[in-house]
Amino acid sequence: MRIRKRDDGSAAPAATLALLLVILVVVTVYYFVAHLYPAPPPITSVGAAVDHQYDLTLYVTGTVFVLSQLGLAFAVFRFRDHGQQANFTRGNNTLELFWTSATIILFLGLGFLGRKAWADTRFTEPAANAIHVEVTANQFVFNFRYPGPDGKFGKLDPKQISPSTGNPVGIDPNDPAGKDDIVVPTLTVPVNRQVELLIRSQDVIHNFFVRELRLQQDAVPGMVIPIHFMPEQVGQYEIVCTQLCGLGHSRMHSYLNVVSDSDYENFLKQQAAGQ
Amino acid sequence: MSSHAQSAHAAPTGFVSKYIFSTDHKVIGIQYFLLALTAVVVGIVLSVLMRFHLVWPNAHLPFVSGGQMTQEQYLALVTMHGTIMVFFVLTTAPQGGFGNYFLPIQIGAPDMAFPRLNMLSFWVTFLAFVAILAAFVVPGGAPISGWTAYTPLSGIGEVTGPGEGWGQTMWIISISLFCLASLLGALNFIATLIDMRAPGMTLMRMPLTCWGWFVTAILGLLAFGILLAGGILLLLDRSAGTSFFLPYGLVINDQLQNHSGGSPLLWQHLFWFFGHPEVYIAILPGMGVASHVLSTFARKPVYGYRAMAMAICGIGFLGFMVWGHHMFVSGMSPYSGFAFSVLTMSIGVPSAIKTFNWLGTLWGGKIQFRSPMLFALGFVSLFVSGGLSGLFLAQPAVDNLLHATYYVVAHFHLVMGVAAIFGIFAATYFWFPKMFGRMMNEPLGKVHFWLTFVGTYCIFMPMHFVGIAGGIRRYADASAVAYLAKLQPLHLFMTIAAFITAAAQLIFIFNFFWSLKFGARASKNPWNATTLEWTTDSPPPHDNFSGDFPSVYRGPYEFSVPGTKEDFVPQHLAPAQVARAK
Repeated sequence: MRIRKRDDGSAAPAATLALLLVILVVVTVYYFVAHLYPAPPPITSVGAAVDHQYDLTLYVTGTVFVLSQLGLAFAVFRFRDHGQQANFTRGNNTLELFWTSATIILFLGLGFLGRKAWADTRFTEPAANAIHVEVTANQFVFNFRYPGPDGKFGKLDPKQISPSTGNPVGIDPNDPAGKDDIVVPTLTVPVNRQVELLIRSQDVIHNFFVRELRLQQDAVPGMVIPIHFMPEQVGQYEIVCTQLCGLGHSRMHSYLNVVSDSDYENFLKQQAAGQ
Repeated sequence: MSSHAQSAHAAPTGFVSKYIFSTDHKVIGIQYFLLALTAVVVGIVLSVLMRFHLVWPNAHLPFVSGGQMTQEQYLALVTMHGTIMVFFVLTTAPQGGFGNYFLPIQIGAPDMAFPRLNMLSFWVTFLAFVAILAAFVVPGGAPISGWTAYTPLSGIGEVTGPGEGWGQTMWIISISLFCLASLLGALNFIATLIDMRAPGMTLMRMPLTCWGWFVTAILGLLAFGILLAGGILLLLDRSAGTSFFLPYGLVINDQLQNHSGGSPLLWQHLFWFFGHPEVYIAILPGMGVASHVLSTFARKPVYGYRAMAMAICGIGFLGFMVWGHHMFVSGMSPYSGFAFSVLTMSIGVPSAIKTFNWLGTLWGGKIQFRSPMLFALGFVSLFVSGGLSGLFLAQPAVDNLLHATYYVVAHFHLVMGVAAIFGIFAATYFWFPKMFGRMMNEPLGKVHFWLTFVGTYCIFMPMHFVGIAGGIRRYADASAVAYLAKLQPLHLFMTIAAFITAAAQLIFIFNFFWSLKFGARASKNPWNATTLEWTTDSPPPHDNFSGDFPSVYRGPYEFSVPGTKEDFVPQHLAPAQVARAK
């Protein structure tokens, strides 16, 4: 069967496809300009740096997105078959060289610029006055352990883990440093002070994620993974698990309470009294 | 370059040896294709159920025991949808299906280098598919650990969750079989392409489809072995008491597990060392098909052919050095996170080369909007959209915000899911006349394209927005987290779009089977194309060329060459045979 003439390059599919691509571009750009379902503002300066890198990436990729989709729309409409002769060419090495170098500079440059924000979340040491909280994840809860007045975490022993008798993280009863440890189901920290979290898991892999911190970290059994941040805004934020951990995954949830210094002292006193 | 005798064999006569246990690469290609078609129907049904549950979690479902879908049933859908789609559709159709059918014909060979090995590959893949389906019906049901099967969730047994007993074991057996079959298939592809090209078919005269299948086979050869090894180790951890992936101190249901010394991250490294090349295994054949189809229907040579072939190789090469970008927040060293980030960004370079050259191929062309062309154009658009969102995820700092959100789901669905599926559709509409000797219905093909193109964008563009706002993937239920409730309107929109898009695929299935019987008869070369498959009958005879094996005199995309009478010059015509323009 030969292709019938009227099937060749009719204007209708060309115009329709071009129009759809233009609509795609307009709706997508509108969405980002109008900030319809935005992420909440970050509460750390590192979080702001992450957002800055995100914005930079959005400008670069957004420009490429708009130009290439509109370029495609233009090409399908302009070069539809209306009886013309196709323009014979095998390519152009100068152009190849141009767009290869342009994308190398653009994409790798973007990658190197993003290094700082990543380094701030992971490469640096926490400040000397940082408070330390151990985060223990298990199916399907978070537990947060504070070292108590002595400033020392007690040893852990997985054989001692017993949520029903009030020892969900398995503090070794023979270690005096563990006697004053505080274990609570929500994370309370003072504002404007560095917090180092020591993230652990007892069973499967979980994750600690707070949108407002722009920080997530897997909790891996057998590892203690430190991350740190300095919250700059008092408030309550949701902690979620983002690593598939079993049938209760979507219910694994807690809160980060960022409070004033005095509220933090009160919190510690209350908890110590309750131990 | 080739000795055709080595794989030539007589045409079989019995039904079983002709259609079931066939050694003919064309029959095996169709078997792979039909397997993928079955798998994609299963995969789409699972995804429709998932989308339904995300919007109406409490709805009464007559086919679910207990009436309502449970959290673990939802997670089983997640796991099985991903596994079936990635392995049995995106890996099976483009490479096992079309690669098997057309690689030998496009290089002028009578069959694959090892026809019996080819048959074995298919039937082991078939067994793997039976095994994965069996996971639905074994005690405890299908696994809930996702297609990535991270340990320890997948590494201990049913104590970690429903489906983690028998279901997870079936999953590992299925994937291990699949890896074995794909390894054999990859060997076959590589040997065929290297040894059996027709006289004159130099590497730089191969159609870009062959480049895609070639590099995909190399990736498969290097990647599937790793996952196979990982699968065996995981099976040993589960059943033989080893601890490759399990550390000391695991306490599950208050019970201390008897394991020590293993590393959960080791599984992730093995999995993603396979898993990232797998993305390119799914998409490279689609890139080849897109180039092939764009050139044919723009009536122009592929723009920058050499750059396109090199870009396929570049993507394949870099694809092996970026697996760590799946693990930025896994607890892997943050320094290697930075290295993986820069390497990942660099994959954007050959990807951009491909995109620019596709636009270059269209530029100044004479574009004919047939169904295969529409899907190839859709491929380009989807690949651009899905590829660009990868530049966010490639940066570990930004990944802090977007990791494990719907943004990731949207990204990989657009680029390796839907774009690859569009490549498969383009290939189906393009090669159906050659495979079955009949044309597919063109108006139905167009309706299928418009609905699918609009539908997939309506599903996956809003999904990016859900992810940016913090919507977390693999959540059966959004009610525990306050901020997720606000995203429900977007989920409703996506679910409706998913229903319509899934329904639109019925048009394709109807068209496929209707055209098999009632389609208009196809000539040898209905698209006026240039490559060797269009020089033989539709469908081709048992040895592909009726004993008259072609020689090749020129590159694969000689369209609209000045001074020639027709606007295409087939590869096999000797220069003296080419009709000159008056």
